[in-house]
Amino acid sequence: MKNSINLTTKSKITWCPGCPNSQILVALRQVIEDMVKDNRLKIENVVMAAGIGCHGKITDYLNTNSFTGLHGRVIPAMTGIKCANPNLTVIGSCGDGDAYSEGLEHLIHAARRNSDIKIFIHDNQLFALTTGQASARSPKGFKGKSTPFGSIEEPFNPLLAMLAVGATFVARTYAGDIQGTKRVIQAAVIHKGFSFVDIIQPCITFFDTIDFFKERIFWIDEKEPVNDLKKAMELVNRDNDKVPLGIFYNVEKATFEGQIHNI
Amino acid sequence: MSKDPHSGIFTVGIGGAAGDGVREAGQSLGALLCDLGYEVFISFNYPSLIRGGHNFSRISFSEGKVWCDHERLDVLIALNEEAIQIHKNELNKNAVIFADSFEPDDIKEFGANAVIVPMLESSKELGAPPITRNSVALGATCYLLGLHFPQMQKVLQEVFKEKRLEANIKLADIGYEHLKKMNFRHSKSSAPSLGREQSSNEADTSRRGLAARGDSPRREVVGEVSETVPMRSDGGLSKEVVDGNVAFGKGLEAAGLDFYIGYPMTPATGILHYLAGNQNKSGVKVIQPESELSVINMALGIAYAGKRVAIGSATGGFALMQEAFSFASMAELPLVIAVSQRQAPATGVPTYSSQSDLQMVIHSGHGEFPRIVIAPGDAEEAFLAGANALDLAWKYQLPVIVLLDKILSEHSATSLLDSKNIKMEYGKVSDNMDGNYGRYKITPDGISPMAFPGTSNTVVKITGYEHDSSGITADEADSVKAMIDKRFAKTETLFKELSNRETVKVYGDTNSKNIIVFWGSTKGPVMEVAKYLNKPVKLAQILWVEPFDIEKVMRELKGAEKIINIECNHNGQMAALIREKTGIEVTDNILKYDSRPFEVAELLKQINEKLN
Repeated sequence: MKNSINLTTKSKITWCPGCPNSQILVALRQVIEDMVKDNRLKIENVVMAAGIGCHGKITDYLNTNSFTGLHGRVIPAMTGIKCANPNLTVIGSCGDGDAYSEGLEHLIHAARRNSDIKIFIHDNQLFALTTGQASARSPKGFKGKSTPFGSIEEPFNPLLAMLAVGATFVARTYAGDIQGTKRVIQAAVIHKGFSFVDIIQPCITFFDTIDFFKERIFWIDEKEPVNDLKKAMELVNRDNDKVPLGIFYNVEKATFEGQIHNI
Repeated sequence: MSKDPHSGIFTVGIGGAAGDGVREAGQSLGALLCDLGYEVFISFNYPSLIRGGHNFSRISFSEGKVWCDHERLDVLIALNEEAIQIHKNELNKNAVIFADSFEPDDIKEFGANAVIVPMLESSKELGAPPITRNSVALGATCYLLGLHFPQMQKVLQEVFKEKRLEANIKLADIGYEHLKKMNFRHSKSSAPSLGREQSSNEADTSRRGLAARGDSPRREVVGEVSETVPMRSDGGLSKEVVDGNVAFGKGLEAAGLDFYIGYPMTPATGILHYLAGNQNKSGVKVIQPESELSVINMALGIAYAGKRVAIGSATGGFALMQEAFSFASMAELPLVIAVSQRQAPATGVPTYSSQSDLQMVIHSGHGEFPRIVIAPGDAEEAFLAGANALDLAWKYQLPVIVLLDKILSEHSATSLLDSKNIKMEYGKVSDNMDGNYGRYKITPDGISPMAFPGTSNTVVKITGYEHDSSGITADEADSVKAMIDKRFAKTETLFKELSNRETVKVYGDTNSKNIIVFWGSTKGPVMEVAKYLNKPVKLAQILWVEPFDIEKVMRELKGAEKIINIECNHNGQMAALIREKTGIEVTDNILKYDSRPFEVAELLKQINEKLN
């Protein structure tokens, strides 16, 4: 069959059985497969990047070019890859510990300079691979192994921060909704510029928020305009009563790499 | 035997406030003297601030090679009164001071050698900014040195090409005429003779001989040609006054650099400035990201995608990069890193020098892994180190450090940057497209064929985890050991070619049992002092500090009666390295750690004491 590809590898999947990371893997793999089949992507031009954390195993499970970087440091590497070869589509997975706790500056600067890279945050609101400590996303009062009396810190709002610093594509999705996640991932990959997607990925072992989110998530109306920054900021800044999913903001700007090669 | 270390060398000092253009004036004079055929060394000292602090540029020149600058001044251009007070104790007998005005005490002290030159006034009259007043002093200096002004103009035009050309030329003319009108004469103030002006090469002569011809007010010849310095052999290339940072950058360009990534930090910033300014000519892309961590990780991405990349920082910035430095080795990505030392620990003395990071860089990064560290001693070696580092990084797929320091980075010397031996090696590039490519294929020499993303039917996986030959995480004991052995096999391969590399350089009397060992920019003062030593000595410069060329170093040091190790640090780091690698103990150490380089007269005295 034309353009048929096998993106699985010999690696045994070692995420916990039932971990939503597997759903993100399926969604991502299917988007790549679909886009390659439709000739919208060449598989040799796909580079998967990942940092360190549970999410980071994803590069072992995808038979694509890959760059498994350091904890919190994969985003500048992705910009480097895109600068070196603008024909590549650079897709990166990061964890919330890996992008919001350590290395947050890289996320902000990549967004600010509109680096043409696609970031998917596997957001489980804690450090899971190190067996359950608070991350920048853990809610106040979170009891983990390093915060036995409850975290005293307010959590970070990544979507609001990304909008504030100039990200040109800002979205959120929920790992358990594979079809919805695929739609967002595909739009993010197609977007020319910095794409930021926070994927809610409950950690079923250390912080099971599946029921919490099932009650609160809802998809925003896709027909609403996506170029209204103020409205997008309001949408992502609401209290935890409801958790909106979808593409909040999607505009075009000159990319960093495009400008580098136009000097 | 001993000669005065300042004879035959003429030194001009320019002192003023930060923002007065002291550095630029020094560079202009240096370029001028270089064009006239002189050998020049320019130092520049400044505190870590932008305006107001005292800046000082010193230009030493001679007809023979000048390896470092000389403290004793023949001319002081004082752009403010402070400069006179700070430097008056450094003046040679009969030295001349140029200033806008003098305090009565100064006139009493210096008499006719205190020469009023209307610098500020002239630039004001022309409506030019105050910074251009340097040019008046430059013109006056030309007259004093006996340089024939009409012929100088051509050279000045080149020097001032982009810097307010008309005003600067006019102001230089005013300075020159001012001294001429005064009919200023002084017995000791004369440029060293260009003794080779009777060269059989006509073209050469016409370029170099400018100063000696015409109706210049030349008086006596001060210069004494040093026999130890080889005659200039241009081979069609022209010499330039260049600092180590620029020379290193040019070396990278010559070896096909694609990207330079840097975050500003003195004294490595000059590399960033040079390569950024030259982008349109060279095609190199220059990026300044948000931090040193971003710098090195971005560079790793660039190397992975198949482009030649270098980064640079002071050692403090490099300290921030440790984890990613280790990653470069694990992922086997070719990366060149310039590390320029300044006085540490911590922020230390930001604008002054040190050689205290040798042991740090050879051990930097967590884990055990091969790396190459080259420590050039002058701008010409920095140029070659830049080019060779890029080739070596690609050939061996590992990080290569070029270790510089403030003196080497920011002080300039007449240099010949010759790219004819630069190879542009890309190493083993894969042509395997059968779908079974493995980035970390085990090979006898440890070097796996490289492929890059974007190659059809090829999956290139790299990672900071220990991995199997396909780049997938692997933590089984036998596979961990196999990969460590593979990476260290590269060192074995590299050892085999050390004999073909210039890892150690030897100068002076190679049969002498008295040996001076040095590395890095200490080469300058050591080579300069060697012109005047009481006894014949052998000089051994160690260029490759990792891997250490044990065989060559042992060969050079074996049987020595005296080994004097000279370096700018507290602990004698090179002495420790020599002992660790060869078992040879140096007999004497001359160490300096006040953040200033060795001064020629002082070092000469110290070495002579050790030799006696």
